[in-house]
Amino acid sequence: MIRFILIQNRAGKTRLAKWYMQFDDDEKQKLIEEVHAVVTVRDAKHTNFVEFRNFKIIYRRYAGLYFCICVDVSDNNLAYLEAIHNFVEVLNEYFHNVCELDLVFNFYKVYTVVDEMFLAGEIRETSQTKVLKQLLMLQSLE
Amino acid sequence: MPAVSKGDGMRGLAVFISDIRNCKSKEAEIKRINKELANIRSKFKGDKALDGYSKKKYVCKLLFIFLLGHDIDFGHMEAVNLLSSNKYTEKQIGYLFISVLVNSNSELIRLINNAIKNDLASRNPTFMCLALHCIANVGSREMGEAFAADIPRILVAGDSMDSVKQSAALCLLRLYKASPDLVPMGEWTARVVHLLNDQHMGVVTAAVSLITCLCKKNPDDFKTCISLAVSRLSRIVSSASTDLQDYTYYFVPAPWLSVKLLRLLQCYPPPEDAAVKGRLVECLETVLNKAQEPPKSKKVQHSNAKNAILFETISLIIHYDSEPNLLVRACNQLGQFLQHRETNLRYLALESMCTLASSEFSHEAVKTHIDTVINALKTERDVSVRQRAADLLYAMCDRSNAKQIVSEMLRYLETADYAIREEIVLKVAILAEKYAVDYSWYVDTILNLIRIAGDYVSEEVWYRVLQIVTNRDDVQGYAAKTVFEALQAPACHENMVKVGGYILGEFGNLIAGDPRSSPPVQFSLLHSKFHLCSVATRALLLSTYIKFINLFPETKATIQGVLRAGSQLRNADVELQQRAVEYLTLSSVASTDVLATVLEEMPPFPERESSILAKLKRKKGPGAGSALDDGRRDASSNDINGGVEPTPSTVSTPSPSADLLGLRAAPPPAAPPATSGAGNLLVDVFSDGPAAQPSLGPTPEEAFLSELEPPAPESPMALLADPAPAADPGPEDIGPPIPEADELLNKFVCKNNGVLFENQLLQIGVKSEFRQNLGRMYLFYGNKTSVQFQNFSPTVVHPGDLQTQLAVQTKRVAAQVDGGAQVQQVLNIECLRDFLTPPLLSVRFRYGGAPQALTLKLPVTINKFFQPTEMAAQDFFQRWKQLSLPQQEAQKIFKANHPMDAEVTKAKLLGFGSALLDNVDPNPENFVGAGIIQTKALQVGCLLRLEPNAQAQMYRLTLRTSKEPVSRHLCELLAQQF
Repeated sequence: MIRFILIQNRAGKTRLAKWYMQFDDDEKQKLIEEVHAVVTVRDAKHTNFVEFRNFKIIYRRYAGLYFCICVDVSDNNLAYLEAIHNFVEVLNEYFHNVCELDLVFNFYKVYTVVDEMFLAGEIRETSQTKVLKQLLMLQSLE
Repeated sequence: MPAVSKGDGMRGLAVFISDIRNCKSKEAEIKRINKELANIRSKFKGDKALDGYSKKKYVCKLLFIFLLGHDIDFGHMEAVNLLSSNKYTEKQIGYLFISVLVNSNSELIRLINNAIKNDLASRNPTFMCLALHCIANVGSREMGEAFAADIPRILVAGDSMDSVKQSAALCLLRLYKASPDLVPMGEWTARVVHLLNDQHMGVVTAAVSLITCLCKKNPDDFKTCISLAVSRLSRIVSSASTDLQDYTYYFVPAPWLSVKLLRLLQCYPPPEDAAVKGRLVECLETVLNKAQEPPKSKKVQHSNAKNAILFETISLIIHYDSEPNLLVRACNQLGQFLQHRETNLRYLALESMCTLASSEFSHEAVKTHIDTVINALKTERDVSVRQRAADLLYAMCDRSNAKQIVSEMLRYLETADYAIREEIVLKVAILAEKYAVDYSWYVDTILNLIRIAGDYVSEEVWYRVLQIVTNRDDVQGYAAKTVFEALQAPACHENMVKVGGYILGEFGNLIAGDPRSSPPVQFSLLHSKFHLCSVATRALLLSTYIKFINLFPETKATIQGVLRAGSQLRNADVELQQRAVEYLTLSSVASTDVLATVLEEMPPFPERESSILAKLKRKKGPGAGSALDDGRRDASSNDINGGVEPTPSTVSTPSPSADLLGLRAAPPPAAPPATSGAGNLLVDVFSDGPAAQPSLGPTPEEAFLSELEPPAPESPMALLADPAPAADPGPEDIGPPIPEADELLNKFVCKNNGVLFENQLLQIGVKSEFRQNLGRMYLFYGNKTSVQFQNFSPTVVHPGDLQTQLAVQTKRVAAQVDGGAQVQQVLNIECLRDFLTPPLLSVRFRYGGAPQALTLKLPVTINKFFQPTEMAAQDFFQRWKQLSLPQQEAQKIFKANHPMDAEVTKAKLLGFGSALLDNVDPNPENFVGAGIIQTKALQVGCLLRLEPNAQAQMYRLTLRTSKEPVSRHLCELLAQQF
């Protein structure tokens, strides 16, 4: 299962942090820093997977943003790697060419997108069509 | 226009976020935030009721501030109010705030639960989903108690919308994981299983996760899911790339759902129903076939999605471990990936092959890829890929390829990343031991390990080679020869010195015939490393030296010379000093026979679990102390690290090497064998009676302590009369101190350690240390006879009002002291105020039926609590003058009892506890000292002056302190020392 999802930029600023386990605030901060340190030193020749404590991070870089998912070591690496891409494509469609600033100014909407696609640490919905349809419906509500 | 413009709907929020982004410094940001917080606070407190929009905006701003990392201590109530709004956007912000800033404030929880209840009952799917997501995100026990019963109902209700079912399934999963006791299984479980048939793939996707979790605890209740999952999987796998429309991802039909179904099936053994099983095998074959088809897209997304399914399929095949055909096909497929240009695929192939290597059906197939894997170890850029390659080599190793793999790993070790060196070292050590056909290869391998990566060779590894060499006499000569050669390298690792020292000490005689490695050569080779080594290694080498004295009598003189050197006998390290003293005594006192017995070759080690294996398991086990610790490693990787014999063929042939792997974990004792023997022997040496039984002898530590101050044979203590054969005295009335008590006490005024008392029966040693007004004293009672002492009871008595001046805590000691044994008593001492008489030590016991009693003065005198004080001449004279009242001064003129030696006098004055001040007294012959006596109640400053007159063989001693009795007492104590 997913333990947490992080979106960070290269400078280490968190653009989204979604936790599926209980952590206290200090621990969250520590994890954010550790993930940043582990992921940003890797280059394109490296795998998209890093061992992390007793878990692993599956990550992908889009422009200046790192999308990281922390999962159990027995979880399927490629399935989560593509889950990241699926999520990014939805954001891109929803925000029409998404950029980092969209995530900053619409942070409360990003949480809605996440909840549509991932819930309780599991993949909830994978169809981009269905997710976008739902998001546009919610967008139309007052 | 983008579908969503920046902060649409909440202009104020967008402005605020822009402001924050424009802040040039952290201070400016904090200032802006504080301004906003004040603004929001005033709005929330204001008389004017806020409309929903404003409330939403302000709560959202608070949330933003919190996410920036600032504490938020208000606004919760407004957020809860938003929950009951009937506008989606307001409700959403309310729920988001609650989910992110969980607050277990009971009052609020009740209100929140109330709002959730209303939304769940609203029949508005949007609101229901918001409420379910909130429960799933918070997952608290309170929420579980409130809703665990409702959610299964919503999940299986016929009229629930698909999106609500999806959310309900995962919401239930979260509650079940958080508090399983709150989610009772019921008739709904069967209907949940049937969600696998749901028309909506999203519902199936969510439901599979729930079922996978529930079936782990109740496999039988959910058994029907197997056939449903197989048929669902089969429909997906056999569908064309466009059949599933919305759920097709880059021409791959429903990749995530396929993966989830394959994982669900891994919760169960292969299906019993032949038809189901046939259908499943067909699915698995289809997946393997599709992997060979040309890709439908060049995009990495296509191949990743496809391979996600492929890897999960292989996991299931390995999990079943019953279809040789599929296992070999899986292995071949992974073999192709080993050389793929995608690093991800190479990594995953190595990882997956590791588990295949442990299957009897595919082990041989995996082995055919050995060259590719070795190449990966050498050339991969990503350390984690190299790590997987090393894991795989370890997993595929068996007798046929062990030499190749071990030598490749050794070569890799020279350039390996620091992070994984220790693990590689352990793996090499295990493989070398496990598959050793001839043990010379094993010894070579371990010595190579030490040579290449000495720093990473843990104790377990070099202990192990010693155990094996000790247990196998066919390799001992070779080991001795090899370590001897290895030690000749100009720079060799300290671990090599340890192994070399130990092995030569045990088996150096096996190569002594060769003049190139004659005993003196061996010794000088070892001793050339001695000075560069740590204390532990030097201690080990000292034991080697004493063993050399036994093995090679011709080295005795040289070695005794080394032991006798001041750098050993008076080494600052207690352990080294002790070994030097004991070994020197042993070598001079004991006869050759005794020496040969004590220093005999080590007996074989009992055979138990390999310590190295245990260590490797520990390394791979879950780390400690982190919140992430509840994650588990998959069983397969544990298997690899557990070093399971990969092939059944090696298991079936019982081999000596496999037995050896079972050797015991315990390292050889840190103090090598000779020392414990020496301890026993020394007791024998100084006891007059028949030799003590070694089994009853003291533990080595105690024996060491007793020997800190070797008994001085010329000491007058041996003259002591036998204790009076009186009747058993009562516990309270103790006899007067023995006549020599004062004399004995005086010996300890200027020193802290030594033998306090000795007669034919008993020896009492003292070791003590003092700091400030506190002290700790160890008393060692040695039974010099071969007969047990009974009712042994040493007690400390405070005569007069000493009780109020000095607190002494004693620990009880055992009532029996075996013949030749020694017991230790610890005393904790606190000086409360100045005192004049020392406490008494009363020792009583029965020896051969006769009661013995003895009273001594405990060597605790007021000067023990001296703290030396350095001061300049000017200060000294100023203070000296300040203490000029007649009663503050005590003076004694006395005749010298010992030769007048300035160095000895200095040492005594320092031992007495005061600082010695140079260049104070105009006469350089005189001694001047200063110090402070520390007691709990008060401090007493002391100045002293000692004027020797060599011509007259006289001294004049002057003491000045602020307390009259102290001056006099110190003067008396010190005067007796010269």
